[in-house]
Amino acid sequence: MLELKNISFKVSVENQEKEILKNVNLVIDDKFVAITGPNGGGKSTLAKIIAGIYQPTTGQILLDGVDITNKSITERANLGISFAFQQPVRFKGLTVRDLITLSAGKQITVSEACTYLSEVGLCARDYIDREINASLSGGELKRIEIAMIMARGTKLSVFDEPEAGIDLWSFNNLIRVFEKMHEKTNGSIIIISHQERILDIADKIALVANGEVKKYGSKEEILPELLRKENTNFGCVKL
Amino acid sequence: MNIIEKGLLEKITGLHEVPQGAYNIRANGGLGGRNTTANIDIVSKEDKPGIDIIIKPNTKNESVHIPVVVSKSGLNDLVYNDFYIGENADVVIVAGCGIHNNGDEKSSHDGIHSFHVGKNAKIKYVEKHYGDGDGLGERVMNPTTVIEIDEGGYMEMETTQIKGIDSTVRVTNASLANDAKLVIKESLMTHGKQYAKTDFTVDLNGENSSANVISRSVAKDESYQVFLSNINGNNKCAGHTECDAIIMDKARVSAIPEITANHIDASLIHEAAIGKIAGEQLLKLMTLGLTEEEAEEQIVNGFLK
Ligand SMILES: Nc1ncnc2c1ncn2[C@@H]1O[C@H](COP(=O)(O)OP(=O)(O)OP(=O)(O)O)[C@@H](O)[C@H]1O
Ligand SMILES: [Mg+2]
Repeated sequence: MLELKNISFKVSVENQEKEILKNVNLVIDDKFVAITGPNGGGKSTLAKIIAGIYQPTTGQILLDGVDITNKSITERANLGISFAFQQPVRFKGLTVRDLITLSAGKQITVSEACTYLSEVGLCARDYIDREINASLSGGELKRIEIAMIMARGTKLSVFDEPEAGIDLWSFNNLIRVFEKMHEKTNGSIIIISHQERILDIADKIALVANGEVKKYGSKEEILPELLRKENTNFGCVKL
Repeated sequence: MNIIEKGLLEKITGLHEVPQGAYNIRANGGLGGRNTTANIDIVSKEDKPGIDIIIKPNTKNESVHIPVVVSKSGLNDLVYNDFYIGENADVVIVAGCGIHNNGDEKSSHDGIHSFHVGKNAKIKYVEKHYGDGDGLGERVMNPTTVIEIDEGGYMEMETTQIKGIDSTVRVTNASLANDAKLVIKESLMTHGKQYAKTDFTVDLNGENSSANVISRSVAKDESYQVFLSNINGNNKCAGHTECDAIIMDKARVSAIPEITANHIDASLIHEAAIGKIAGEQLLKLMTLGLTEEEAEEQIVNGFLK
């Protein structure tokens, strides 16, 4: 269970203070929680706060009741938090196999590594020894990013727009991947997404806009409301 | 050989025992062992220190190892090695030099290697430089490589210096005939107060000759690296040089690529990039559970691989 208590995050931009997250309170104890909301609303910032990449200005983060607010990225990773970036990072020289192995945290066989790649629709043989460099396409990188989180297999996984850049055909498979994760996980999955079909497989949905949690509740409660709003004046939510 | 020399040999050749096939081991300026085969002859020079390595035409799937180890402090070794690679041969040559200096005097090894690559011959030349020891004495290596590739010949040179050499000036000069091809891959890591200068000059004289010179390096602590690469396109040819460097701490790197086209059909490219490890690369690996130091090490090792 992940608890965010009174989280705020301020940065100073050109000597002006900007509050990116304002008093966020959120309890994640379901298997699958989707976070949605307009561009620039603060979703990725929230994910980075959870992973430890940003330190909140105020507030507390608890993982299974343990205060992890002052824990480093590495410590949180080892406590069971995984984070798939919205924009995956490229590495000259490191191969897909290297990153999957580092993700798994131990030596794994080629066939094990390949299983994760196949899950995300990459023909493993063609990719396992590829360098994670500029030659990989955006969609390929996103899939490798997802495979890495699967290889980690931690109790809390945060995916930041995993579907972005993934083609339509693969999108159906991706939905299946997340459905399967949903079924199998003993922990929680948080997915930041703008896609109705991803929101639709969530247990709960949080709407984050303007640095605040505007709504948080069961899918049945939130989704119809979001879809209605889209037709009225809430044009910002791309669903 | 004693245990230190064996250790050095393993560092530079990856071998625990004496190599298979032809070899010549030079230890502290003298002969530490030699083996020749039906196709590969090794002869000591009469007029100066060094050896001639003569590979018969059409020799296939054979290798030559010519490691050099220096374990005496204060030894300044100089050799001339000439390689004659016969037409249509296809061989691997593994050189390398290890210096162990526990004393306070400078130890050095300067090797002048000349390659005569025959028509349509194909060689892979692997060279590793390594130094260790706790003495204050400097470990210095100044290898010079001269390469001549005849028509249709191919040479791939892999040169690696990962640690322990205080000062190195490496000069490589190559000239290529028609359809000849040269690939050079350098990987370099310097630390402490080390200095490393690399100086490549390639003359693409032949029609359809081509060269690709790629350097990847990491400079740590207060070390200083200079990369010079000079490609002259004197005919219809293709040349590419690339220097990619990571700087850390207070290290400095200069990359000075130079390309000259002396022919209308010469096509030459140079690329150079120097920068520190991207912050997001460290962050990504840390989210996988690595510490910052472990992340740095993975990134550097991958980059130099
Ligand atoms: N380090 C920073 N410094 C200054 N402003 C920042 C910083 N990080 C994020 N912001 C700003 O905070 C706001 C929230 O950004 P965030 O990336 O969290 O949005 P998001 O909800 O993920 O948007 P999207 O749907 O486009 O991915 C944006 O206005 C962004 O420009
Ligand atoms: Mg975002």
